[in-house]
Amino acid sequence: MDANVLFIFVLAIFVGIEVISKVPSMLHTPLMSGTNAIHGIILFGGILALVEATSPLEMGLGFLAVICGSANVFGGFMVTDRMLQMFKKKKQ
Amino acid sequence: MNTLNAYLIIGISVLFIVGIKLLASPKTARAGNLVAAAGMLIALLTLHNTNGEYVWSHWSLNYTLVAAGILIGLAIGAVGAYSVKMTAMPQMVALFNGLGGGAAALVAGLGFTHGESSTTFIAASMLFATLIGSLSLSGSIVAYMKLEGKLDKPQTFPGQNILNGIILLVILGLCGYLAFNTTGELSMRAFIGMFVLSLFFGMAMVMPIGGADMPVVISLLNSFTGLAVAADGFAIGNNAMVVAGTLVGASGTLLTLLMCKAMNRPVTNVLFGAFGSGGSTKKAGAAGVAGTVKAIQADEVALLLAYAQQVVVVPGYGMAVAQAQHAVKELVDELTRRGVEVRFAIHPVAGRMPGHMNVLLAEANVPYDLLCEMDAVNPTMERVDVCLVIGANDVVNPAAREEKSSPIYGMPIIEADHAKMVVVLKRSMAAGFAGIENHLFYKDNTRMLFGDAKASLNALVTNIKAS
Repeated sequence: MDANVLFIFVLAIFVGIEVISKVPSMLHTPLMSGTNAIHGIILFGGILALVEATSPLEMGLGFLAVICGSANVFGGFMVTDRMLQMFKKKKQ
Repeated sequence: MNTLNAYLIIGISVLFIVGIKLLASPKTARAGNLVAAAGMLIALLTLHNTNGEYVWSHWSLNYTLVAAGILIGLAIGAVGAYSVKMTAMPQMVALFNGLGGGAAALVAGLGFTHGESSTTFIAASMLFATLIGSLSLSGSIVAYMKLEGKLDKPQTFPGQNILNGIILLVILGLCGYLAFNTTGELSMRAFIGMFVLSLFFGMAMVMPIGGADMPVVISLLNSFTGLAVAADGFAIGNNAMVVAGTLVGASGTLLTLLMCKAMNRPVTNVLFGAFGSGGSTKKAGAAGVAGTVKAIQADEVALLLAYAQQVVVVPGYGMAVAQAQHAVKELVDELTRRGVEVRFAIHPVAGRMPGHMNVLLAEANVPYDLLCEMDAVNPTMERVDVCLVIGANDVVNPAAREEKSSPIYGMPIIEADHAKMVVVLKRSMAAGFAGIENHLFYKDNTRMLFGDAKASLNALVTNIKAS
């Protein structure tokens, strides 16, 4: 096991807690939605699995993983943007 | 991993962190989301595989499938994101989260059955991702159905927590076995059994939780999916996935705890207790209510409002259901024009998600400096002439302060009953989402304006304009 990865993991925990500890509750919904989009990075896992798939079953499951991951990442960012658009409008 | 790739991952991680950071302020939130999205796009275009090779330098049938899958997912995501009504936003987030969890479980499952678990650590990571990812998938779907009202009653039976505990123990037992026995016919069967049981466990875990607690559940499942993604990152050696997944796992856990704090309940209580067994709580609440319900007509309310100095509006899920946010905005504009000072008091858990009310009011162009947090409004409530409660219920229930036996006892509330006059806009006398009788409706200074919130508000605007 690579100790560097654990190092990254532990630091990321603290950064994750630190960056949202001061978010006002009015932004909790967009924040939840935005972080939801970020874990859509699982799409990459799906791509790497599908690229290496050999049997039809593996290809089918990998294909499904790519679809799910892609919907998560694109849908997540778009829905968050739609919410936040509304916060911006009223500055006019 | 080659050096260029390492630099790229550092840059991408910074974009994610800055993105989340910018999401923390209303002025920069939209930019923050775009920064994170840009990070994701760069990461996608520069994706390297486990051996450090650039992924997009090859082409085969599998790559065609990848492209097709991305496009299908993009279409699903776009349709979902742009067709969903603002009121149904929490359900949509739950669905996207579930899809992410499902993908995490599939990726881990493929890696495991493909024999990529070279060390026990990698095998354990994959098993963790499978367990948590599939739990998140089925749990999110149940949460979605609950919010859609397709499963509104909490499903409980005696010994449920014990049964769920046993299922979890079996799952963990299977994982323990699989971590050390990664190949062979028996292991594959055990793996499929573990996968199915995890799906079932996610369902069984969310089923007994009442709809009012769904925001907490979605937030928790969101952080679960993040952790599953991080575990997948460990397993396939992708540091970008480790960083992104861990950021979401950590921030999602904190968000979950913040929400529970706003309801003054420990997270264990939300997941395993109280609201689930709704029957007994209802009886406890109804017994102690004294006083009578007094109805009022729109023209009287209009007079009260028009001649008030200070008005506080408390919005709740009822406002969202009636799509009344634009009518509220119109009323506020009319009152402001007449010199009435109007503020909104937003309870941290009003609606079905924290910040839900803010999003809806923002949609209707209500300036966000009018939106006040509960703690800012409560100390000034005694000077408020009229407190207008629009479709909110449990968050203004004084039982949280007065009645020890009430299941919401101790929850911080907006102290609407301290205002000189309270007007509650409500469809009927039905109990709130938590299924508890609301003592506020029986107070001497409370009047009920029955009917659809939007119709009532429009009537108020017409009457105020006429007066």
